[in-house]
Amino acid sequence: MQNFTYHRPGSVEEAVQALSAASDGTLMGGGMTLLPTLKQRLASPSDVVDLGGVAGLSGISEDGGKVVVGAMTTHAEVASNAIVTAKIPALAALAGAIGDPAVRNRGTIGGSIANNDPAADYPAALVGLGATVRTNKREIAADDFFTGLFETALAEGEVITAVAFPVPERAGYAKFPNPASRYAIVGVMASTGPAGTRVAVTGAGACVFRASAMESALGGGFSADALSGASVSADDLNSDIHASAEYRAHLVGVMARRAVAAAG
Amino acid sequence: MTDTGIGASVRRKEDNRFLTGRGRYTDDINRTGQAYACFLRSPHAHAKIDGIDTGAAKNAPGVIAVLTGDDVAADGLGGIPCGFAPTGVQAPHNAPPRPALVQGKVCFVGDLVAMVIADDLNQAKDAAELIQVDYQELPANVDPAKATDSSTTRIHEAAENNLYADWGLGDKEATDQAFAQAHHVTKIDLINNRQIPNAMEPRCSIGEYDQADESYTLYTTTQNPHVTRLLLAAYVLQIPEHKLRVVSADVGGGFGSKIPHYPEEALVTWTAKKVGRPVKWTAERSESFLSDTHGRDHVTRAELALDENGKFLALRVHTSASLGAYLSTFGAMSTTYLYAPVLSGQYIIPAIYCGVTIVFTNTAPIDAERGAGRPEATYLVERLVENAARETGIDRIEIRRRNFIPEDAFPYQTPVVLAYDSGNYAPILDKALEMADRAGFETRNADAKSRGKLRGIGFCTYIEACGIAPSNVAGAIGAGIGLYESAEVRFAVTGAVTVFTGSHQHGQGHETTFAQIVADRLGVPFDSVDIVHGDTARVQWGHGTYGSRSLAVGGSAIAVACDKAIEKGKKVAAHLLEASVTDIEFKDGNFTVSGTDQSKSFGEIIAAAMVPHNFPLDEMEPGLDQRSFYDPKNFTFPAGCHICEVEIDPDTGVVKIVNWTAVDDFGKIVNPMIVEGQIHGGVAHGIGQALLENCVYDPESGQLLTGSYMDYCMPRADDLPNFNLGFTETPCPHNPLGVKGCGEAGAIAAPPALINAVIDAIGVDIDMPATPEKVWRALQSRPQAAE
Repeated sequence: MQNFTYHRPGSVEEAVQALSAASDGTLMGGGMTLLPTLKQRLASPSDVVDLGGVAGLSGISEDGGKVVVGAMTTHAEVASNAIVTAKIPALAALAGAIGDPAVRNRGTIGGSIANNDPAADYPAALVGLGATVRTNKREIAADDFFTGLFETALAEGEVITAVAFPVPERAGYAKFPNPASRYAIVGVMASTGPAGTRVAVTGAGACVFRASAMESALGGGFSADALSGASVSADDLNSDIHASAEYRAHLVGVMARRAVAAAG
Repeated sequence: MTDTGIGASVRRKEDNRFLTGRGRYTDDINRTGQAYACFLRSPHAHAKIDGIDTGAAKNAPGVIAVLTGDDVAADGLGGIPCGFAPTGVQAPHNAPPRPALVQGKVCFVGDLVAMVIADDLNQAKDAAELIQVDYQELPANVDPAKATDSSTTRIHEAAENNLYADWGLGDKEATDQAFAQAHHVTKIDLINNRQIPNAMEPRCSIGEYDQADESYTLYTTTQNPHVTRLLLAAYVLQIPEHKLRVVSADVGGGFGSKIPHYPEEALVTWTAKKVGRPVKWTAERSESFLSDTHGRDHVTRAELALDENGKFLALRVHTSASLGAYLSTFGAMSTTYLYAPVLSGQYIIPAIYCGVTIVFTNTAPIDAERGAGRPEATYLVERLVENAARETGIDRIEIRRRNFIPEDAFPYQTPVVLAYDSGNYAPILDKALEMADRAGFETRNADAKSRGKLRGIGFCTYIEACGIAPSNVAGAIGAGIGLYESAEVRFAVTGAVTVFTGSHQHGQGHETTFAQIVADRLGVPFDSVDIVHGDTARVQWGHGTYGSRSLAVGGSAIAVACDKAIEKGKKVAAHLLEASVTDIEFKDGNFTVSGTDQSKSFGEIIAAAMVPHNFPLDEMEPGLDQRSFYDPKNFTFPAGCHICEVEIDPDTGVVKIVNWTAVDDFGKIVNPMIVEGQIHGGVAHGIGQALLENCVYDPESGQLLTGSYMDYCMPRADDLPNFNLGFTETPCPHNPLGVKGCGEAGAIAAPPALINAVIDAIGVDIDMPATPEKVWRALQSRPQAAE
């Protein structure tokens, strides 16, 4: 780890100020990706702005029929929160299977989606449930938020404050974990409700994407059987030592059926 | 049996400090004034170095020294030596040198280019980033089967065609003749996948130099401190052995990767004198992946010849085995004499020939990993046996029974050097089949089918050769050391017993097991016995721990030393009891005059020997301390049967292990709880290899693709089944304890049992590891998939 200046602001405004004053600053949520990267000297920011001291960024509430999760809410909290488990059990289950207990008790939803790791679970939750990302500047639909490999629509000085999830009629998440890292080789969130019928896939491509053919297939009825003929193309899917693009494409089908079957 | 003697599941003494965070690991040691080292490692798998500019690094804050291969050469340091050169080599026998820091070229990703020593670790790392190295990249090869191709770039000047040696064992002519007469030949091509041992504790070394008496101390994570002292003192530093002390206190796992003498150990010791301060280096996990020795990495073609009754006639094997980029301390042992001699398994195979093409590749050096050669041999034999059964239509159990070495054939001379001392295989198999409920498999299979799952059952009946080794055999096969073990038993006036053992514990529980042996042998309280190991200044001599040798060889040395103390004690007792020594009997800690109630306890004899006011001083010296250098008469031959049952999800290819039964014959068992733990760990290790763990280098660039736990999959608790364990007991006839050894058995038995179960479920051959995608693809390749 190389030296950097550490900031722990008390408000979003102070965080933005610290960031803009830095020559090469970075925000830190739970630090579950940033800290290992720093330790391995793969990143060497001049300033680290820790959002852990910002009041009001953590916690879960209901707001106008939506479940609102503060950006600094940990995965463990999402997994066990009474509102989430009652309204969107698929989201609670997804959060409860991220990483390991240490990661779930440190890692945050805001940190995860800002990083937009192609194998992370939360991007599938946001897109698959039709969520909205709230920042200090605006609201961004999940469909527009995740723009590419480790890329998001966040602008300079923009800080995620919360994620608002509409409550689906039915939703399910199925994940095929990488046996080593337990990140998603393929993860599929399928839902139907006020945000329409959605099938969002993480892990398989460079960035979370919606499987439109599967969404159409589910239009006639939200059941696993409806998906029997639907598939995704292996073109442009990831291929690595753990899974080829062809295998990932196959798994998208299997996980989509399992997600729908599991939907409560 | 007492509650602390042989056969008792005594809780491990050492766990008190391990579980309360009071272990004494090398990284816990900090010496006054110590400096910190970090190493600049090669980012390339194969490259010439045209120049190294250390100027900026030397001037960086806190930097004490920056050293390269030129400095190593200027000081006349010897290369890192190899401790084993196999005999029986056809030709040639190429042993290229390995300087402690590279000189002119790098041969694998992680090779040591430069060493930076600074006041603190971050300063050393900052400075290492300032070193400029002018690399000229060369084509790299990571595949043992391609190493000798004419198109493959040569790695070492001293090894033409990247060949270390072409080695063979067995009667080739007789084997070929048997194949010519065979009724059926079963052939197999397989890869024994490269593994990274991944000890929990990364390597760590601290060098120190004492100007007052011109001596060095090396604190290091090694399984064999005396062997490390010999190699480092005599070959690298070229100083008298007594001027180097090696301390290896608590070590957090080794699995073979802490046997070799590593260049980092030599470098911190050398530089401690050079910079006048202790020098400490602790590997980061990324460095462990890159630079710890790896295991396995075989590419093999094998054939089994059978007659019309399914009897084995002959076995013919050719293996291309990698040594990695350099010869590690015992690298060539795992690929030769720990491999081919166990190819006879539990079977009568009249003719066997095994040829091994041993090569260099642009990868981390290979050395022993739990089992070292024996897992590779067992995997191929047991895969062949089940394939032969399928091809001939003979039941997989029946074909084994037909070919087992019968109980009355022991001692049994195999055609590949080893003479098995003892064994009784059929009862092991019977017990395992019953415990695994083989008879109920079809019912379970039908149930699995109704749930859409594919169920399979696989078997492995293995033998192991461990308790290495008789020193004359060690010499005959090419070892540079003897392989006896030493023990010293010392007695305090008040009765306490301290045992100094040359075995080394790094997780095995020796402090408990060895104390049980002493308590049992001498009849003294278990709590009065302490075991000392891991310090060349305290322990007389030792060869360390590997090859499941600690109990059979190290434990036997302790037993013999105890017996010597008993013999002397009888003379003391005879004097005290005014009886003839021939009338003194020793039992349960008491010396008794035969046929009387006159007796003296062991404690009383210790006191009389240590405070010899009433002692036969004319006949013998006071004191009772004894020492043994125990040289085993043969290897030991544990055997067993493991049965694995799997269920496979055909949609994803995921293999779930649903049942695991292991019946093992380890001879006498000292501590059943510790033995069960060793089986659990060994089987987990083997399951890791068969299902999860795979070291992958990029075939083009030679980069390590599995360089962290994000990509290298270690088995976790939820990957493992419950283990159903049983034991039979055929005591070893040639050591004083009747013990055989158990540390490696699970890692040997598990891979074939598991892969055989997967093949039974899916109906097609598959290589390790049986990852979900591989299994899914195999299922797609089945003819019925098209239906």
